[in-house]
Amino acid sequence: MIQHQEDIIIQTVCRILIPFMQVYGLYVLAHGHGSPGGGFQGGCIFAASFILMPIAFDLAAFKKRFAEKRIILLCSLGVFIYAGIGWLCLLLGGNFLDYGELSAILPVDPVMARYYGIAIIETGVQITVMAVMVSIFINLITGGRHKEETQENYD
Amino acid sequence: MKKLLGIALAIAALLVLLYGIEDLPPWGVSDQPASLHVSPRYIEKSLAETGVPNMVTAVLADYRGCDTLFETAVIFTAGIAVLMLLRRAMP
Repeated sequence: MIQHQEDIIIQTVCRILIPFMQVYGLYVLAHGHGSPGGGFQGGCIFAASFILMPIAFDLAAFKKRFAEKRIILLCSLGVFIYAGIGWLCLLLGGNFLDYGELSAILPVDPVMARYYGIAIIETGVQITVMAVMVSIFINLITGGRHKEETQENYD
Repeated sequence: MKKLLGIALAIAALLVLLYGIEDLPPWGVSDQPASLHVSPRYIEKSLAETGVPNMVTAVLADYRGCDTLFETAVIFTAGIAVLMLLRRAMP
């Protein structure tokens, strides 16, 4: 169980590191078209940047920025985006997840519509992976209490 | 007795598998059945059909999009399951 401990070195390093990690997570997502990468990997890097925050600072500061309700909402939002694109293709007259049909609403030809369809669903994957990783981490370190451990609520 | 039976069964299964190895194609040969079915199509046409230079991404998200959708659903289910098992109301 975690206990809050001030450490100026860890806090300063995290303050500097977290923005770079988030940019790198977005880079891995956006560059999944041309190099190894994509939603799963980018989501994990993105989640690691959020997980650093309750490690370096205290849990209350993290929960103020990232409420539990919002994490669960993001968990389902990613799957919703992915499945929603699938249903949108179905509504536009194609097969399920047939991104070529998106050219009817995007100002591009069907081949590039596939390109952008892949980008959109990878974003959905990234959101879900990120939120699930953060949610599992917070639940495990606090034993599901979402509260930092003190001696009296340990039993 | 039960233990010996288990060991004998395991050895028998191992022998069956070792016997099956003979029928596998040699390692690294390009004209084996697994490489002749859909791989050439992915290699030749994935850039023209999807516009994605990375073949792995094209297969993962486009040709096998349904697979990836349910992979994401599995991760979502894992998160919800951890929440169900561990989360408890604040006292």
